[in-house]
Amino acid sequence: MHESIHHHADTLKSHVEDATGVILSHCYQCGKCTAGCPLNEEMDLMPNQILRILQAEMPGYEDKILSSLSIWLCLACDTCYSRCPQEVLLSKVMDYLRQESIRQNKVNPKAKDILKFHRAFLNSVKMNGKLHEVGLTIDYKLRSLNLMQDVMLAPSMAAKGKLSIFPHQVQNTKEIAKIFKKITDSEGEKQ
Amino acid sequence: MRIGYYPGCSLEGSSKEYNDSLFAVAEKCGITLEVIKDWSCCGASAAHNLNHNLALALPARTLALAEKQGLEEIVVPCAACYSRIASTKHEITNNIAAKTKIEGFIELKLSANVKILTVFGFLQKYIFPVVDGHIVNKLNQKAACYYGCLYSRPKEIAAVEQIENPMEMDEVLAKAGATPIDWAFKTECCGAGLSVSRTDIVAKLSGEIIEDAADRGAESIVVACPMCHMNLDMRRPEIKKTLKKDINIPVLFITQALGLSMGIPANKLGLNKHYVPTDKVVNCMVKMEA
Repeated sequence: MHESIHHHADTLKSHVEDATGVILSHCYQCGKCTAGCPLNEEMDLMPNQILRILQAEMPGYEDKILSSLSIWLCLACDTCYSRCPQEVLLSKVMDYLRQESIRQNKVNPKAKDILKFHRAFLNSVKMNGKLHEVGLTIDYKLRSLNLMQDVMLAPSMAAKGKLSIFPHQVQNTKEIAKIFKKITDSEGEKQ
Repeated sequence: MRIGYYPGCSLEGSSKEYNDSLFAVAEKCGITLEVIKDWSCCGASAAHNLNHNLALALPARTLALAEKQGLEEIVVPCAACYSRIASTKHEITNNIAAKTKIEGFIELKLSANVKILTVFGFLQKYIFPVVDGHIVNKLNQKAACYYGCLYSRPKEIAAVEQIENPMEMDEVLAKAGATPIDWAFKTECCGAGLSVSRTDIVAKLSGEIIEDAADRGAESIVVACPMCHMNLDMRRPEIKKTLKKDINIPVLFITQALGLSMGIPANKLGLNKHYVPTDKVVNCMVKMEA
């Protein structure tokens, strides 16, 4: 992939570099990513710490990162990247870490609802080709069991014409489901 | 020149007023938008969080359909859709292997040379040259233009010239006779897709944005993103609880603000669909002198 990656060991660090093209050693720990991160107060590992732990490959580091809450709180707002003097594309690393955390079944318990929301979202798109907000909300409630959350919003949203009971769909929903399936098959991954 | 249009899911649902006000403004200026036939969801934040290939394939399908329809340019008014579609275009233009792989997934050919316009890009290019004769009201208020993340970052696809202090929306508001204010939270994040799964975080981040706008005397906040609008407007009760104070600044879509100055009725612009009442914005307006 990237010429400047010399090692191809079977480690999280090398997988991150291979999949994202980001060269982790470029980070010299100035900490601007953490300083500007809107979620830094909520995170269990700071953005610069995630990079440092990956660089140093300390024992047990893979679990520490993949089971962190931080990777799920990251909003991909790219404030870190836009201020990074070394242009380390951290949001791309975060995307990869989230996906790896699912593959290895290491999602932080506190991040379960966030993951459930993303899954409910994609499920709605898979079924309709477009997001159906009402369907997404019901699906998320069932997945997360947060049944009462935001119920007070429903009547006012309906009155404002912001809710459509029936989904808008693409002409042939099978076409979208097929794209999902082809991707899943190509990755040999269980959903 | 044909101008393609990708509404995206929010504009067919919870942010219908953004769609309606955009069409009202375009119609008044005699400009027709051509919807991309059979467009599908861009995948928004969910797809890139969970599956990289899907995050590219979903927007790629829409780009391919636009090409098939013979559209050279498309308007994408949602910031999240803009970001996903522009990122996809960027990646498949610069990575031929990714392009081939994605074409296989969607079973459509792609050249990826469709031009993507944001809402303010569209206003600047097509509405500004003809709008002057249509402006009948002066908004006559201090407006805080809020850009959020997705128009300003990452720099490879940024739709604004200065990523830490963008001015594109400010120019539209000045055109509408408002006074755009200088403030600190123009490009801070509102909490975006955590709105449902971590409402507490959204209330905190969006609360800081609202508070700074209020401290600097803004009478309205103007946005160009359905997600930002939902977080700043519909989440106001949670924001008030977090801030422990009552800030009632209304939040308008940029096309609603411009539409008001063009004399389009508030209801046609969907101002009645908001949670925080918008009458103050309408009451501030003054008729332009002939």
